[in-house]
Amino acid sequence: MKKWLVALLLALPSLVLAEDTLDTGDTAWMMMSTALVLLMTPAGLALFYGGMTRSKNVLNTYAMVFGAFVVAFIVWIVAGYSIAFGTAESATVQNVMGGFGNVLLHGIKWTDLSGTYPTYVFVAFQGTFAAITVAIASGSVIERIKFSTWLVFVAIWGLVVYAPVAHMVWGGDGALLFDAGALDFAGGTVVHMNGGLAGLVLAILVGKRTGYPKSAMKPASVMLTALGAAILWFGWYGFNAGSAFGANAIAGVALLTTTIATAVAAITWMLAEWIVYKKPTLLGIATGAVSGLVAITPAAGFVSVGGAFVVGIVGTLFAFWGVTVLKKKLGYDDSLDAFGVHFLAGLFGALATGLLAVKDNDLLWDGPLKASGDRMGQFIVQVESVIVVGLFTLVGTVVVYYIATALTGGARVDEESESMGLDESVHGEKYINS
Amino acid sequence: MKRVEAVIKPFKLEDVKDALAEIGVTGMTVSEVKGYGRQKGHSELYRGAEYVVDFLPKIKMEMVVSEDMVEQTTNTIVEAARTGKIGDGKIFVSDIEKIIRIRTGEEDNEAI
Repeated sequence: MKKWLVALLLALPSLVLAEDTLDTGDTAWMMMSTALVLLMTPAGLALFYGGMTRSKNVLNTYAMVFGAFVVAFIVWIVAGYSIAFGTAESATVQNVMGGFGNVLLHGIKWTDLSGTYPTYVFVAFQGTFAAITVAIASGSVIERIKFSTWLVFVAIWGLVVYAPVAHMVWGGDGALLFDAGALDFAGGTVVHMNGGLAGLVLAILVGKRTGYPKSAMKPASVMLTALGAAILWFGWYGFNAGSAFGANAIAGVALLTTTIATAVAAITWMLAEWIVYKKPTLLGIATGAVSGLVAITPAAGFVSVGGAFVVGIVGTLFAFWGVTVLKKKLGYDDSLDAFGVHFLAGLFGALATGLLAVKDNDLLWDGPLKASGDRMGQFIVQVESVIVVGLFTLVGTVVVYYIATALTGGARVDEESESMGLDESVHGEKYINS
Repeated sequence: MKRVEAVIKPFKLEDVKDALAEIGVTGMTVSEVKGYGRQKGHSELYRGAEYVVDFLPKIKMEMVVSEDMVEQTTNTIVEAARTGKIGDGKIFVSDIEKIIRIRTGEEDNEAI
């Protein structure tokens, strides 16, 4: 995600040429990647979540994901991009956020380049990341949060939580965790820990669904969920390989490690379920694949083939434990396991990146490992980034929740609407008309 | 005139229907129902959450036959619907007071 660095690496063999010339191959790949990452939200994640929802709330869940995408993307253009990737004048502010110099993309020309492709493409590509991050959190509070509260939450959270977190990790020189040398290839901390933790905080603040965990809450269609997982996987090539910011060999590394980790993670979850619960479920295979995708995200461009296996297997076991053991112990209603899958697998991936990143300075970003081969130092930086992002998200999400709740007069639908189902009571639509 | 109601396993519907058609039962009404008897329910597993499902899907078929057809009908159903495993279902026989065919106004045995 360090666009400057990647641009520099690409420029190295051709220093004789002018800097910052547009490369059509890179431009084509980054535009395609943007479309792939877009597909992950209003198709992939929406189906993944919608299929797991009870049939009376399927459309509401889908609308929460679709709605989150469109609102978060607009907010990104309005100010999110500026806060995340702009440059603040004060060095203290630059640590945490990039300021308001690029509000409404002010000062960015269509001819501007971000490395070897148009800045406009970079803006859109990053916007799809901002949008999926908050959409991930929706899975924790489906079937009970008010649609209005949710959309207001999305808008404010995109500016107050996502943009500063993205800035701290990916915001370039002067940004806190970027300067510290944190390795997060495509968003283990920025996207998955962030979105998963926001989900848990919301689940606790909004409260459990009526009847949880006593009454059976069965997924409307495991098949839609499996299809959603497959679309997520497809789109994830834009997410991870696109985060190489060019059609290059680093993108190839990310593409292969992503595929390996995901496949082995799906196998791992399936086997774990087969052993523990005596049955290999399709929902388990799909969930395993997604947790593998999450775990490899921060590591995708940094680890070897062997590293990808480790990240996929162990990351999924973390998520499996979170979903089947931790959730029951703590008793919270993280309805679709945004925390269990995205936070825990993302957390593991972020830490494992420090341990498993290959010592190859053509792949590595600036940090202790690259500078002096200091792996322990790199691991400590990874721990620091996990703690900083975790605390920032925790506090920020609580604040944004209370603002959104105050603005919309309470966060929960009334009991009657909840029992009728939000598809009918909120949207006046039905999932299937027979 | 008797009404024969049979609750059977859904996958046996085709077999039972064909066997009844062969012995001359001319019509029936079929509905998808849920219930449990000695078989009880089964369990479903979603991400480690195990749900016990008490009611199982069954098919209820209803038909009305004349007195002399009752035994042959029930025997045919038993033969065609039996798997020998728990959950094969039950048959209920009851009296019918009157039948009217709406199209022609024919009554009772003529309307079966």
